[in-house]
Amino acid sequence: MTATATPRPEVGTARLRKEDAHLITGRSRFTDNMVLPGMLHLAMVRSPFAHAKITAIDVSAAQASPGVMAVLTGADVAAEQGSLPNAWPVTPDQKAPSHPSIAVEEVAFAGEIVAVVIARSVAAARDAVELVDVDYDELPVVMDLEEAATDKVLAHTSLESNKSATWVFDSAEAGTGTAIAEALANSDVVVERTLYQQRLIPAFMEPRSTVVDPTGEQITMWSATQIPHILRLMLALTLGIPESKVRVIAPDVGGGFGGKLQVTPEEVITLLAARRMGKPCKFTETRSESLQVAHHGRAQVQRLKIGATKDGIVTGLHVDLLADMGAYLGLITSGIPVLGAFMYNSIYKFPAYHFECHNIFTNKAWTDAYRGAGRPEATFAIERMMDELAGELGMDPLELREKNWIKHTEFPFTTVAGLEYDTGNYEAATEKALGLFGYDELRAEQQRRRESGATVQLGIGISTFTEMCGLAPSRVLGALNYAAGGWEHAQVRVLPTGNVEVVTGSSAHGQGHETAWSQLVADRLGVPFENVEVLHGDTQVSQRGLDTYGSRSLTVGGMAVLAAADKVIEKAKTIAAHMMEASEQDLEFANGSFTVRGTETSTSFGEIAFAAFSAHNLPDGMEPNLDSEATFDPANFSYPHGTHLAAMEVDTETGQVTVLKYVCVDDIGVVVNPMIVEGQVHGGLAQGIAQALYEEAVYDDAGTLVSGSFVDYLVPGAPDLPHYITARTETPATSNQLGAKGVGEAGTIASTPAIVNGVLDAIRHLGVKDIKMPCTPSRVWHALQEAKTTGGVQ
Amino acid sequence: MASSISITVEVDGVSYTDDVEPRLLLVQHLRERLGKTGTLIGCDTTNCGACTVHLDGVSVKSCTMFAVQADGHQVITIEGMAQNGKLAPLQEAFHQCHALQCGFCTPGMIMQSASLLKENPHPTESEIREGLEGNLCRCTGYQNIVAAVKSVADGVQYDDSGVSVSPSMLEDNSETAGVS
Repeated sequence: MTATATPRPEVGTARLRKEDAHLITGRSRFTDNMVLPGMLHLAMVRSPFAHAKITAIDVSAAQASPGVMAVLTGADVAAEQGSLPNAWPVTPDQKAPSHPSIAVEEVAFAGEIVAVVIARSVAAARDAVELVDVDYDELPVVMDLEEAATDKVLAHTSLESNKSATWVFDSAEAGTGTAIAEALANSDVVVERTLYQQRLIPAFMEPRSTVVDPTGEQITMWSATQIPHILRLMLALTLGIPESKVRVIAPDVGGGFGGKLQVTPEEVITLLAARRMGKPCKFTETRSESLQVAHHGRAQVQRLKIGATKDGIVTGLHVDLLADMGAYLGLITSGIPVLGAFMYNSIYKFPAYHFECHNIFTNKAWTDAYRGAGRPEATFAIERMMDELAGELGMDPLELREKNWIKHTEFPFTTVAGLEYDTGNYEAATEKALGLFGYDELRAEQQRRRESGATVQLGIGISTFTEMCGLAPSRVLGALNYAAGGWEHAQVRVLPTGNVEVVTGSSAHGQGHETAWSQLVADRLGVPFENVEVLHGDTQVSQRGLDTYGSRSLTVGGMAVLAAADKVIEKAKTIAAHMMEASEQDLEFANGSFTVRGTETSTSFGEIAFAAFSAHNLPDGMEPNLDSEATFDPANFSYPHGTHLAAMEVDTETGQVTVLKYVCVDDIGVVVNPMIVEGQVHGGLAQGIAQALYEEAVYDDAGTLVSGSFVDYLVPGAPDLPHYITARTETPATSNQLGAKGVGEAGTIASTPAIVNGVLDAIRHLGVKDIKMPCTPSRVWHALQEAKTTGGVQ
Repeated sequence: MASSISITVEVDGVSYTDDVEPRLLLVQHLRERLGKTGTLIGCDTTNCGACTVHLDGVSVKSCTMFAVQADGHQVITIEGMAQNGKLAPLQEAFHQCHALQCGFCTPGMIMQSASLLKENPHPTESEIREGLEGNLCRCTGYQNIVAAVKSVADGVQYDDSGVSVSPSMLEDNSETAGVS
């Protein structure tokens, strides 16, 4: 042991972010900021109809418009544009329409691209869009998901049914539990409900933008994407370009939330235009375009049955979903409900479970990943059902949960959905949350208000959630028919000065990887935090990677970084032993120095780095560098969990809903940077609360998106959201060496049911049993009126 | 195309004279002609506030006025906030309080916050929230933005430890945290 003080470990420290300096001073590098010599600008001609045949397109007037260089239609690029990729055929017989970037014969949702104008300025391009004359023959549209499932109207003339696929999990068939029919038949109580997951729009703040430079040997694309590596591969596969001839760069990216986990028609079209014109081309969407066509999320009808004994032991759960694909299958559209399938049983010990989802086409924008992707839907359903069951049994909803959840002594626990939960402590998180919340006092206040018949009633919403994070073990993804794996790659490069470059396949867009990865490597290599530089988001720098989504960056990408750093240490040790003429076994590494055990003889990481660079005196046969790389593929998911409690006030005269108090205790395992974690939780809560109270993508019967701007799509502002009270408990994950579990989606997954359960708890005694999300004042008021007139029957 | 009009606008302390189309928005002028790409465009309906700048010391959404309307006026953008290499107090506070994640709303948030504090130097939490109503953020859930603005109003001085000391960051601060 050395006598010198050990520096404070970086892991666990609330380091301020490296990312901030350029963002707070306006020196940002968002894609739309980019200007290249000779750059041309694109504007899209989009179908105003939700379903129509294209009978003729006249581009002559647009072509003649000032500044216009070219106008391309689907027919012009039909031979080269291919079909946009779907990487998740959930069943062998999955049906999907061909998905050209520019429609050739038929459009299937309003906003679908039918032509592109290429001009010298954005204004010139947009002016000319108005001059493109498209003749359409309108076709019948099917907008409602339940109606679409009946096949009375088809969303595509090329398909015989709106059904894309049916995916089933059954615990009796899988051998993970008993048969559901029997379980429900033998229950004292069966509660049956249909819940609605409204369609949401991710609404990242940076509209999507793409710049493509076709000059030189490689085609270079800058894009506001979460997935530069997957995008590069998919562009190559879709367009038949050698992968080595495409470079994709994700510069500063202004949020994603799953919404930028896509291979978009706009990216393909910008590439095709740039290649054709021989000049750099840029396309940046307007917000209205973004809301209309950037993929949407959620949009499911959940038909649920839960059975229990009269003393509140759940006997089984039956889930039958309709999932709205929209008009096409995007990159992982079809897999979103399947991701949810493993989470309906949540933290509970259900003996029997049956899940089936029917993936259905409608004439709307296609859906795909949105923060949580399948798991928020599942968590909402089960947490709502636990409250419904508690109401039916006349039991405190918390008591019902306690009776059914996995106890901390029962881990590892194999669930009825077949996952092995490695660690967790639901009792501890709940106890902490109850203390912070003041549960008993609020229940007493609720009782007082009920008895006095107060205008403003109080409700308590509970959500005890878990999620599967760290997507994902490649074998599991393979078993689910996903086309790729779930590993992540990293490189740690040591410069002659001892500075360290970390190259990560994760692709941050606000998460703070540059800071967190620096903390990981600073601790592991014993170098100062400031001496670590994190490079990402450019396929020429980071040649291997699977990008950022599914709360995977730390639990998969961060572990690859640590594994690469460990290899650096092994190489350095060989050189250190040679330099100090000692045996490797006698060396110990701490605080950035190798010391010969029991002596004062030591050599620093910087000295070794320079020795590796100069290569004057290395061991025989040793290559002169310390650089290392590693690919990490987790053996299991990680399972963050937590208890969220919401005190909700409902004004029974106006329907106004207010969050009086929000407490969440999350167990996300070991934390690298508590400041960043806190920020992720806050932002997640905001999006989950937004689903419960504010947001919905609304279409009219003709297929026009009514909530097509920020005037109508209510992204909450600062006055619309509460102060969050947050805390943590910690049970380390066993699926990675750090014990981290992931935090990106926790707040969003947990908060929606907590809020809605709270609203219903406030007015259940008045006869209201359900309110469709978002719980707007109008909906709450109508539910109250209906309960009054029908005596509480829903 | 309509004929151009010559305008002179002082932006971040420099006077620029340009011929612009009458329909050109101020934000387009800033970004496309003057290279002031620190000011960003997040919507097309004046809802998001990403493009907020100061016009003669008052916050405006630069997507909601024409460049020609700024003729003869003084504009400050996010790029003009730091002086002599020293961050403005709000820039420092946003960094210290982790009031930004992706950073896209940040320029507008900081400009609006500066305007808010100029009008009301000691706002309550709810006055800060109301004052930022016209600026949307999708990452932070607003709590740390509110904390950053409050810390500037309260004159909080930050050290240079590189570690967050904002009370809202500390674990288990929550017991003392208030309710909105």
